[in-house]
Amino acid sequence: MSGVQQRESAVQRKRQIGEVLLAVENIGLRFGGVQALSGVSFDIREGEIRAIIGPNGAGKSSMLNVINGFYQPQEGVIVWRGQRLRRMRPHFAARSGIARTFQNIALFKGMSTLDNIMTGRMLKMRATMLEQAIYWGRARREELEHRAFVERIIDFLEIQHIRNVPVGRLPYGLQKRVELARALAMQPTLLLLDEPMAGMNLEEKEDMCRYILDVNEEFGTTVALIEHDMGVVMDISDRVVVLDYGRLLADGPPEAVRRDPEVIKAYLGVPHE
Amino acid sequence: METLSAVLVEPFVAIAEAPMFFFEVLIGGLLSGVMYALVALGFVLIFKASGVFNFAQGAMVLFAALFFVGFIDLGWPIWLSLIVTILVMILLALAIERVVLRPLVNQDPIILFMATIGITFFLDGFGQTLWGSDVRRLDIGIPEDPLIIAGLYINQFDIYAAVICGLLVLGLALFFQYTPTGRALRAVADDHQAAMSIGIPLNVIWAIVWTVAGIVGLVAGIMWGAKLGVQFNLALIALKALPVLILGGFTSVPGAIVGGLIIGAGEKVAEVFWGEVLGGAIEDWFAYMLAMVFLLFRPQGLFGEKIIERV
Amino acid sequence: MIYRETGQFKTSYGADQAIFPIAQDRIGMLIIMALAFVAIPLTASDYWLTTILLPLVIYGLAALGLNILTGYAGQLSLGTGGFMACGAFAAYKLSTAFPELHVLVVFALSGLITAAVGMLFGLPSLRIKGFYLAVATLAAQFFLLWLFNKVPWFTNYSASGVISAPPLAIWGETYVTGFEATPRAKYLFALSIVTVMALAAKNMTRLKIGRAWRAIRDMDIAAEIMGIRPLATKLSAFAVSSFYCGVAGALWAFAYTGAVEALAFDINVSFRILFMIIIGGLGSILGSFLGAAFIVLLPIFLNNALLAMGMAEAVALASHLEFMIMGALIIFFLIVEPHGLARLWQIGKEKLRKWPFPY
Repeated sequence: MSGVQQRESAVQRKRQIGEVLLAVENIGLRFGGVQALSGVSFDIREGEIRAIIGPNGAGKSSMLNVINGFYQPQEGVIVWRGQRLRRMRPHFAARSGIARTFQNIALFKGMSTLDNIMTGRMLKMRATMLEQAIYWGRARREELEHRAFVERIIDFLEIQHIRNVPVGRLPYGLQKRVELARALAMQPTLLLLDEPMAGMNLEEKEDMCRYILDVNEEFGTTVALIEHDMGVVMDISDRVVVLDYGRLLADGPPEAVRRDPEVIKAYLGVPHE
Repeated sequence: METLSAVLVEPFVAIAEAPMFFFEVLIGGLLSGVMYALVALGFVLIFKASGVFNFAQGAMVLFAALFFVGFIDLGWPIWLSLIVTILVMILLALAIERVVLRPLVNQDPIILFMATIGITFFLDGFGQTLWGSDVRRLDIGIPEDPLIIAGLYINQFDIYAAVICGLLVLGLALFFQYTPTGRALRAVADDHQAAMSIGIPLNVIWAIVWTVAGIVGLVAGIMWGAKLGVQFNLALIALKALPVLILGGFTSVPGAIVGGLIIGAGEKVAEVFWGEVLGGAIEDWFAYMLAMVFLLFRPQGLFGEKIIERV
Repeated sequence: MIYRETGQFKTSYGADQAIFPIAQDRIGMLIIMALAFVAIPLTASDYWLTTILLPLVIYGLAALGLNILTGYAGQLSLGTGGFMACGAFAAYKLSTAFPELHVLVVFALSGLITAAVGMLFGLPSLRIKGFYLAVATLAAQFFLLWLFNKVPWFTNYSASGVISAPPLAIWGETYVTGFEATPRAKYLFALSIVTVMALAAKNMTRLKIGRAWRAIRDMDIAAEIMGIRPLATKLSAFAVSSFYCGVAGALWAFAYTGAVEALAFDINVSFRILFMIIIGGLGSILGSFLGAAFIVLLPIFLNNALLAMGMAEAVALASHLEFMIMGALIIFFLIVEPHGLARLWQIGKEKLRKWPFPY
């Protein structure tokens, strides 16, 4: 990207970014005697791409788990659209439009790609068990409607050819893409991505970056992602949170974080110039 | 109201009125719990070392007992029968490792579990095809007359059983703690891949573990067979080792023993003092229900560790 | 050559979501249905109907029930026999207490009662998984059987504990249960119920609820984060599965043996049905029936084989051999084809699509 383009897109993005969507305040999380997170506070604004970085074991994944309710923190408050919550519950998170992908792919291995993505529409289906048993009326109508929606996501992520393949048989890169598709099927307000590009080659990474940017720009989906590839983080994120040993180390726009002496000391190492 | 009192009050009154009798029942139950513990022990060994939930442990008890009593009935001396049966159990362990475990390595635990149900059926059928399905009396010369200790009648046989069980556990503990094989076994139990990477042969270890479990099963089979006769029912009684494991936790040897004692004592006391009110034969399900209720409050068992799920 | 889908274009998602999207499958299914509903009742002898076909379809239904719970929702159960007994006794109590109830209502209600009982025993599944749950379901097996054995109310205070199933008519004087019913009527009755329930199961397993079950089976944590409620989903699997087992148990007592007794549903029945779904195929509707056929036919085949070898009196031997062979087959199937007969059938179809020009 040339400098001019970068500045232009930065102006555009400022317009897109809105109110605070989610904030965590003073989050403390312990497992037995291990303090995974302590006193972490930051916020995520509507429409932005927020990166969470930090060395291994810094508590990044735990942070995402707290946000979507899989872990319950002992201290702190989660503010979701102005609503102050002591803790999140997975079901509430899903219903509120928080979707998520995992570091070690968590797909339903015995199910086809299509079925996996269709699970993302689950919360929007209303048919009763009896209606489903006879596949009539609402059950049939819903199924076809959501199928049509899911097919659009399949087109968008270019995975038509693996529609009916059990995901357990897919190569790693495609599995990551199916997982993204499944999260997108929930039409999320906030999309949490846990290392979406880990273990990918350059080409696959570029594809993934494009998908993330497209999702963010076209659907206005807010994205929070954990990523180790600094190039990617600096390029696509609007603001960056740095965690280290379960504490907040820095928070700000990528350039500021990159220059932050604390961050350089703890994480990026000595700049080689 | 009347039934409530019959269930909630009267049994306790009966206990309070005859404490000596209660203690006799309790001790009888504890000692028969030792037998459950024996089966559960074989199970824990296999689960620890190979992560296989061995449903066939009960079948192995019956299988070993059938061979042992079969050889004795052929007129062989006890020591020879014992040695040959141990050889049979070693062969069985080798066969299971080669035919079942090796091809199924890296499969889901649930698949392996179902395979052990297959082993159960195979062993039950095979043992009885060879030795028939009649009840066989097994007399290994342990006296059965009651002893009177501190005014309590206690079956002498049960005391022998408890002592033998204790020696076996002690022997196993020493084996695991102080021999190189034992150390390798513990390493495998901790982490299969790490153990393999430092050159511990997994297949050999599994065969050893199954052999040890088979021998533990043989001891349980002999004790039980001497008490009740060697018959197909042994395999069903051995099913009770499952609730024992739930109480004790799948990976804990002390858990297996304590769990066995609790189940044994609990079901005896329940049967004697509550059985009549409820219609009798509550021993059939008491252990399972106890385990199930227990699970609701402490899913990891008495001695198991709480699992933190990671994603 | 014959089994080709070339040229069959699906132009709507509706057509793609049909139960049998390929024309040949539809025709094949119609032929099988015609055979089962018309040809077999016309030609099969009473012996075949009562000793082979009737238990086959009823076992098939029970296996289907267990497959919903174990194959689709991933919750291992060893309590199938207990739930079948529950259905049988519920049907007995209902039909003796309210003789005017229609047989279909009786069966539906006994299914619902069993579903409620199943949910009760499914409650621990929220906190415990896998093997632990298997042991909890053993509690259902032993406790329910004990209950029906020991509480005289369930057998209407009959002295022997063995009671004959009352005759019930589907319409007019056409009896479908009890000793008055002809084998043909009982077979057609059972087959109709099983067909309808199998279709319903097919629909449920491929739609929303089925996806929730499979999601919980494959990765419960991810499922939870997709907004699937683990307890509700597991309980629904227990409920539907128990409903199927309950109806199967009622059919077993009313249409097959004609006697309602707890001992007919002991732990061996639970294992037998588990074997059916392992051999037939976990998570497959067709597999449930293939497995049932296999397990029903195996002992008959063995007995005849022993008879042919001149060992007529070896009944005990036959049952021991049956145990052995069943055990060995389970291991064989788990090693060679963990997805069972249903998977073999699918592979066969794949091959057939390309036959005779595979390239």
